[in-house]
Order: sequence, then structure tokens, then C-alpha cells
Amino acid sequence: MLRYVLRRILYAIPIALGVSLVCFSLVHLAPGDPLSAVLPETATPEQIAEIKADYGFDKPLPIQYLKWLGRALVGDLGSSIKTGRPVMQEIAPAIGNSILLALAAIVLAFCVGCGLGVLAGYVRSRAADSVVTAVAITGVSIPHYWLGMVLIVIFSVEMNLLPASGMGAPDWQHMILPAITLASIPMGIIARSIRASVIETRKQEFVQTLYAKGLPARKVFRHVAKNVAPTVMAVMGLQFAQMLGGSILVETVFAWPGTGFLMNSAIFTRDLPILQGTILVLAMLFVAMNLAVDILQMMMDPRIKRN
Amino acid sequence: MAIKRYAAAFCTALALAFPTLDAHAEKVLRVASTMADIPLTTGQSSQGGEGTRFIGITLYDQLVRWDLSRSDVLAKLVPGLALSWSVDEATHKVWTLKLRPGVKFHDGSDFNADAVVWTFDKLLNRKAPQFDQSQAAQISQYIANFDTYRAIDPMTVEITTKVPDATFPYMLAGVNIGSSPARYKELGGDWSKIAFKPSGTGPWMLDKLVPRERAEMVRNPNYWDPARVPKSDRMILFAMPDPNTRVAALLSGQVDWVEAPPPDTIPRLKSAGMQIITNVYPHVWPYIPNLGPASVFHDIRVRKAANLAIDRVGLSEFLGGTAMPAQGAIDPKHPWFGKPNFKIEYNPEEAKRLMKEAGYGPDHPAKIRIAVSTAGSGQMQPLPMNEFIQENLKEVGFDVELVVMEWEELRSHRRASADEPTNKGIDALNNSVSYWDPYNGLIGVADSQLRPPRGYNWGGFNDPEADRLARAAAVEFDPAKQDQLLGQLHSRIVDQAMWIWVVHDLNPRALGPKVKGFVQAQSWFQDLTPVYVE
Repeated sequence: MLRYVLRRILYAIPIALGVSLVCFSLVHLAPGDPLSAVLPETATPEQIAEIKADYGFDKPLPIQYLKWLGRALVGDLGSSIKTGRPVMQEIAPAIGNSILLALAAIVLAFCVGCGLGVLAGYVRSRAADSVVTAVAITGVSIPHYWLGMVLIVIFSVEMNLLPASGMGAPDWQHMILPAITLASIPMGIIARSIRASVIETRKQEFVQTLYAKGLPARKVFRHVAKNVAPTVMAVMGLQFAQMLGGSILVETVFAWPGTGFLMNSAIFTRDLPILQGTILVLAMLFVAMNLAVDILQMMMDPRIKRN
Repeated sequence: MAIKRYAAAFCTALALAFPTLDAHAEKVLRVASTMADIPLTTGQSSQGGEGTRFIGITLYDQLVRWDLSRSDVLAKLVPGLALSWSVDEATHKVWTLKLRPGVKFHDGSDFNADAVVWTFDKLLNRKAPQFDQSQAAQISQYIANFDTYRAIDPMTVEITTKVPDATFPYMLAGVNIGSSPARYKELGGDWSKIAFKPSGTGPWMLDKLVPRERAEMVRNPNYWDPARVPKSDRMILFAMPDPNTRVAALLSGQVDWVEAPPPDTIPRLKSAGMQIITNVYPHVWPYIPNLGPASVFHDIRVRKAANLAIDRVGLSEFLGGTAMPAQGAIDPKHPWFGKPNFKIEYNPEEAKRLMKEAGYGPDHPAKIRIAVSTAGSGQMQPLPMNEFIQENLKEVGFDVELVVMEWEELRSHRRASADEPTNKGIDALNNSVSYWDPYNGLIGVADSQLRPPRGYNWGGFNDPEADRLARAAAVEFDPAKQDQLLGQLHSRIVDQAMWIWVVHDLNPRALGPKVKGFVQAQSWFQDLTPVYVE
């Protein structure tokens, strides 16, 4: 077990390097001047050169990359060009806010998705299956930003029940609408995966044997659930990791100050240190989350360990 | 029985307590801005006019400030932290400012000449420990002409400019004084810490800053101008870049004030009882053409045709009445409008005639590529507006390709002259312009010597008469005579069809029905001190 975990951690190192290289290259290839936030409108070429040197943008890109990587390894992601605040100081609260929202959304998506998936997989009625499938597909297909706006119009503007934006103190009321919006796609994915997995498991011989042996349906369900769990875990893990990245659209529509909102602002102001730092930290979180899910799966299903 | 007695006493106490609580309830004004982040709070605010409106002039004061108390006249310069200012008659380069006594920063330290010099060092002196590039960049255009500065005595400051400049008081109105030297020292010279605890002299004091979410400001009860002590106890500024989110927040009662509601939401807001407030202000939404020899706009007939091709009334209606057709760079009621001969109106027939004369027509359209942004400060609704105008121009013989780019990229293009390699293939920029001071609005865009980065003459307009008028206005220290010269300059650039002017934004904002006391000044900035929620 320990060897497996160590091996996976070792695998994460080249992934991290690759991610850092790709994100560094992409943000530098994007058009626009990264120093526009601090470059005077009427800056002379001499002033521009001086300011570029101050920020280290005068060096060739490979040197800039290596310097940035060297600092990142010791936890220094630099400072925001726009605000001058340390990047970690900017990212930490944003990640906290995105985690809060992602947790609420994943719990919601899990509960509803599991319920619907199991229902569709178990109920023999074709109508019920169709309804559940339709709900799941709708959840996956509806654009986030559109659903968010519709929810705001209904629950905030018309019914005046919930706040339209922001995160409050934070409080649960501010979280409801963005969490529902963010949960819609994973809910659909989880429901469809579980439905397929339940149907597949129920067709297996051991289930038929359990029924033939006279085991009550409730107890058979426990066996089915146990076999479906690794699939659920894998799907949930990926969805949760994806949500941790924050949804630029959902967070912008609800003015939720998470990583998506932060990246949106950083993209528009060409705040490269923030952009690079956020992408790197999120990528590392994604890798860590995948690792955690793999370990959990392995603990649940010993067959994975053997493989 | 005893329980009943206690209950009655409790209810009486509650009944007595509630009016008391109500009388002392905090009056809060909640504002939704279009910004994705709270502007810099350390002194010179970021994010253009909106940043200045909500942070720059709320937390800080300027030596010379804008009078924003009236909506019926153009905002004028009045004494701020300087009681008076004068320029020497001999060189017209040495400005002496007498400071306002008895003013204190929010941290209790004294405002004086040393604090002013310290602030200038923060913005201009790269060797000073307090120098902050982030803040300096925000106002480079205002401080570019500073040569030297010094404290003459505790209440007098002397500034020497590099060249005589009659527009210098306008420049001073853009320089915020502070955050205080005392606060800088207290927080170890760390601007990132000062951002959360700044100390200006303004009518509001920062109470809480949550980056990308909100800034909470409380009334400064000791503000030096008793007439401008805020009527609200607290103002909360939210970052809400999505326009539909802002409107929803207002309709649901989450905020009391939203900036720039989209035109198509205005009927809905009105039907919900919201106040839609508009007013003209020094803004114009133009196309800035490349006037180089290779560009079709080198020919004045083509520029005039483009000006005559645009249905500005239709466009203003399309924008829900939130814009006013432009007749030049300046609003016709403004003293700098002058008396241009070229009448800018919708006249497609005349436009077609001019295009034909210039050698263009339906079979041989003038191909142009215009750089436009997806959004940005003062850019209004750039994409639908540009598509509207693209159709107008097509009708008279232009083949317009819109080169859509993000705002910061457009700014990069503007920072270089039209003839720089970065602008190769770009025939015009769609970039809004403010004319709150003569330099930004007229002199800096019309003088042939003021190509970027020295000024804003992007397209290379080169007209000896305009040069003469611009240079005369820049050194005319008599305000009435300067207005006259600026009027002549504006007439000249309109007659030469220097740009293609489209509309003036009317700066719409929506306020909840209970918001009182707001006077929308003819300015990019607004005074929030008289505003309160009933």
C-alpha cells in the first residue's frame, strides 16, 4: 500500500512539471501585455524596459520559467502585478471559497445523482427509467450560466427568497443557488454512471445467485451497492476535483469569489503571476484528489490493488 | 401569574427598545460595481473612472477636487486639500499651493506639506522607499510634467513643471494624497498590508476589504468639510462584473445601486419602481482612424463619409436611450464645442457621394479593419454597437472587418502609434475617450507632436492649424481665453473629420426606490456623500 502511494506521488512530479510548463507557455503566448496594469499609458521605451526588468520580464522565456519554477518549489509564487499582494495570499481564500461551494455542490450532486441512478437501475418501469434518464441528460446538457441566471430570476428576483450573488458572511443562503447550478452537470453524470453500473451489476451471476438463495432484496442491494461504489467514487472524485478549479462562469454569474472568479479577473487584466500560480495550485490539487480517490478505491475494492 | 407579569414586562421592554434600535439602525448603502475586483485602496485607485469614483475620491482627497454637487452644469475644479494655487508669471512653470489647515488623516496624523511631498515621492521617485509602481502607473498622465517639488513651509508646497502647462490644476485633481506616511510606517512599509488598512483624508474610511468581493467603508465623522460628511453610516461596494447579476441583485433587494445596467433591462427595472438616472458627462465613443498614407482614412472624404454614414439616433434608440448622438468629440453644450462647420449627422446619400468621389463604391468597397474590444472601461456595449455600425458603413461602400480582441489587448494597440508594427493592418481603433481635462480630450489627441507614448494622437493627425491652437491652449492661463481656444481647436478637428465620432454615453445607473440624495454630476466621478437609503 505504502509503495503504491509513494509510486503515485512520484508519478505526480512529472505531471506537475508538465502542467507548470504548459500553463507558463500558454499564459505567455496569449496576446496582450502582462505589464499593462502597471505600465503608464504614456510610458517611454526606456520606462517600459525599466519596469520589465523590475518584474523580470526582460529575460528569455526559458530563464523566466526556471526562475519561476525555482521560487514555486519553495512555495513562493510571486506577487500579483495588479495588487502587489503575494499570490499565495490571493489564492488561499479563493480556493477556500471554491472548496466550500464544491463541497455543497458535490454533496447535492451525489445525493440526487445516486438516488436517481439507483432508481433508474432498479425500477423495472420503463417510464421511470425514461424520466430519470431525461432528468440526468438535462442536467448534463443545460449550460451552467443559463441555469444560474434562470435560478436567479426565479428565486431571487421573482420570489425574493434567496440572494442573487456574493457569498455573504459566508452563509448557507448565498450558497444554495450557485451550489444547485454547479451540481447540475455532476448530478447528471453521476446518475447516468450509477444507472449503468447498477444495471450491469444486477445482471451479474452472483446477484442472480443471491436472489436464488432467497436473500431479501434489501440485502442483495447491499451487495450491489458495494460493487457499484468504486465507480461512484471514481466519478465523484473526478467531478469534485474539477469543481475545485471553480467554474469561471458560475462564479462570475453569482459573483462568488473563488478560483474561477480569480482566474477570470486575472485573465482580463493579464495578471500572469496570479494566473500561473492558480493554475499550478489547482493542477496539484487535481493530482492529489485523483491520488486520494485511487487509494480509496483500492481500499474498497481489493481487486484494483491486485491489478 | 408571575410568569404573565414577567412576560408583560418583557413585551413592554421590547416595544420600548425597538424604536430606540430603529433610531440607531445603521444606514447602509450597497453598491454593485461593474468591476471584477475592488480597485487598489492604497492611494491611487486602479480600474479607471469607476475605481476613482468608488475608492479614489471616497477614501482620499486631492489638492484640487471636482465639484460634483450639481447635475445641471459641467463639474468644475474647486479647492480640495489646497486652499489656493497660483503659477508664477515669469516662467509659468512654478506652482505654489497653500494647503488647508486642520485636516487629519484617518489614522489621526496631520495632513501637511511633508505628507504631500511624501505622496509625490511615492509616485515619482523610484529611489524613495515608499515608491509604488502599481500606484504610479495609474496616474502617469497626470504626473508626467512634474519636474521638482518641495515643501516651502508646513502648509505650502511648490511644484515646478517641465514645461508651462495651463492644464496643470486638472492634473492635480487626479492625484490622491495618501495613504498617510504614519500608516506606512506603522505597517512596516508593506503596501499589501496598507491595502487592508489605508489612511486617507477622504469622507469615507475603509473598514473591511475582501478582495474580489467587497469593500466596506464607514463615514468619517471628522471630515474637514462638514457639508460632505456622508449621510450613510456605511457603504458596501460589491464587485459584480456580470451585468445580469447586478440587475438581479437590485431587483431582489440585495443592493441599492447598480452601475451600468444593460439597456435591455431598463424597462424591467423601471416597471419595478427603480430609478434610472442618466446625465451627459465628458465621454465620447469614437473610431480613431489610422491617418497614414496607406490607410483609406488618409483621405478626408472617406473620413467625412464614415461620419455621415452612421445612424446615431437609431443607435441611441437601440441602446435604450442610454446614449446621445455625437456631433464631435465634445458635447454641444460644453464650452469647448466651438462652432464647427462640418455637421455630423446621418446622411447616407452624401456619404455615398463622397465615397464615389474618393473612388469607392458598391463594386469597389473601401476595405477596413477596426480593432474593437469585447468590453472595457467606457466601451459601453461594444459588440452590438459595432455590428450596428458595420451595417451602416456597408451601405455607403465600406467593407468592415471587426477585429475583436480583449480590452487589455486593445489598450496595448493604443499604446503604440498606428504606424508601429504592432498595428499593422489596423485601420481604426474603437476606444472611448474622456475629455474631463483639455489635455486628454483635445490637446493630447490633436497635436501632431503628441503621438504615443508622448500623447494620444494615435492615428497621426497632422494639421498645422490644429497644432497652433493646441499649443496656444496648453499655455493659456486665462480660463475664459483657454475655453475659447479649445472651442476653436474642436471646431478645427471636426471640420477635418479627425475621427469618426459616434455617441456620448449617458452613464446610466439604476437606484432602488428608497435611495435618496443622489445628484448625478456631469462627470466620470460622483459624490456619494449625500446619498442614503430611506
